[in-house]
Amino acid sequence: MGSTVSIFSQVAAWFADPSHWSSSDGIPTRVAEHLVLSGAATALAILLALPLGVYLGHARRFDFAAINVANVGRALPSLALLAFALPVAFALGLGLGFWPTLFAMVPLGIPPILTNAVAGVREVDPEVVDAARGMGLSGRQLLRQVELPIAAPLILAGVRNAAVAIVATATLGALVAGGGLGRYIVDGLARQEYARLFAGALLVALLAICVEIAFSLLERIVVSPGVRRTLTATLA
Amino acid sequence: MSPGEPLIRWDWVLSHIPDIAGRLGEHLRLTAIAVVVGFAISLLLGIWAARRPRVYAPVTWVSGVLYTIPSLALFALLIPFTGLSLLTAEIGLVSYTLLILIRNVVAGIRAVPAEVRESALGMGYTPRQVLWRVELPLAAGVIIAGLRVATITTIGLVTVTALIGQGGLGFLILDGIQRFFSTPLIVGAGLSVLLAVALDALLVRLERAVTPWARP
Repeated sequence: MGSTVSIFSQVAAWFADPSHWSSSDGIPTRVAEHLVLSGAATALAILLALPLGVYLGHARRFDFAAINVANVGRALPSLALLAFALPVAFALGLGLGFWPTLFAMVPLGIPPILTNAVAGVREVDPEVVDAARGMGLSGRQLLRQVELPIAAPLILAGVRNAAVAIVATATLGALVAGGGLGRYIVDGLARQEYARLFAGALLVALLAICVEIAFSLLERIVVSPGVRRTLTATLA
Repeated sequence: MSPGEPLIRWDWVLSHIPDIAGRLGEHLRLTAIAVVVGFAISLLLGIWAARRPRVYAPVTWVSGVLYTIPSLALFALLIPFTGLSLLTAEIGLVSYTLLILIRNVVAGIRAVPAEVRESALGMGYTPRQVLWRVELPLAAGVIIAGLRVATITTIGLVTVTALIGQGGLGFLILDGIQRFFSTPLIVGAGLSVLLAVALDALLVRLERAVTPWARP
């Protein structure tokens, strides 16, 4: 395992090696694979969960049921989702790698997006909704001009949580022969090459933090200054 | 997962019951240590941060960064220092409970109305008594809500610790993935979901027991 100093110099040497920047197993390739996979999964999860969540919150129907179902969905461990996705991908003839990882990540992204969309739209102050209706806004106008802007911080927080969870799980895709930065960790573990393992872990951690920062910048752009607030408690 | 093979071979399950029970026990132990240690740390830091807004920001920032780092990456970062050990697994697992638990402890304590706190002080309670007899009991609902999310998340993360040789139900899942044999995979994944649902139900009962005034 070596001393602390030697692991850091090994990692530095690993990053300095030009072959780790250019080959098909190079850092740019792995980062791109990781981002494509995570981006596709996040987009699919948004497509499936966001319209449904916003509708249920707006109509105030089945909203509690949706939140409860989504919370049970949270209980699904990512490794278990990957395990379930494997036979599905096989049955569909899609093989290992990209597809089973994608199948595992989409259901992981749905619960946070759905619960936050439902809760965000539903918990718009009823007095505000009444005032808007009194001003003559139609249901659609109410949703677009009042409910969605007020719910934006919560909705965006849900998408952010989903994206960060998905970037983390894309790492596990390497277990089922997928690409992405998890390759370095899984291969590093298997070959006991701790420099590769450590470098991969560092890259994944950095990528996840970058995604988090990107979303907080997006929040500044999307959320109206009048409704900006800090999220405090996480409710089950 | 060869064609024609059933998804679950019950004969394998029946002949491996002691092994499966052992893995379930390991999973429960790894989860319990992480949640208990994480809760103890979060309660201390949360009480401190609830009183001092200047402490709250850095504490949530650090725990937020820890929470963002993917689990496999965090374990991998620790391996050169603490090896493939229980300590590595628990440092990672405890780190993931902190953000949720600290946020909820602080939110719960801050939600206690100022009048209630002042009444208690007026009745001669010491600050310590206010904390234990007024603030924490009133915050219990929010704190336990955090405990539920932390427990469910931890159970999922414990499956990943099998990758660094710590057993648990993740061992069965990995075994299934590596041998292309669906039975242990489904048993491992199914039991970990069941464990999450069971522990969540238990925490809901605890929540009802400690917040009798919230019952309908």
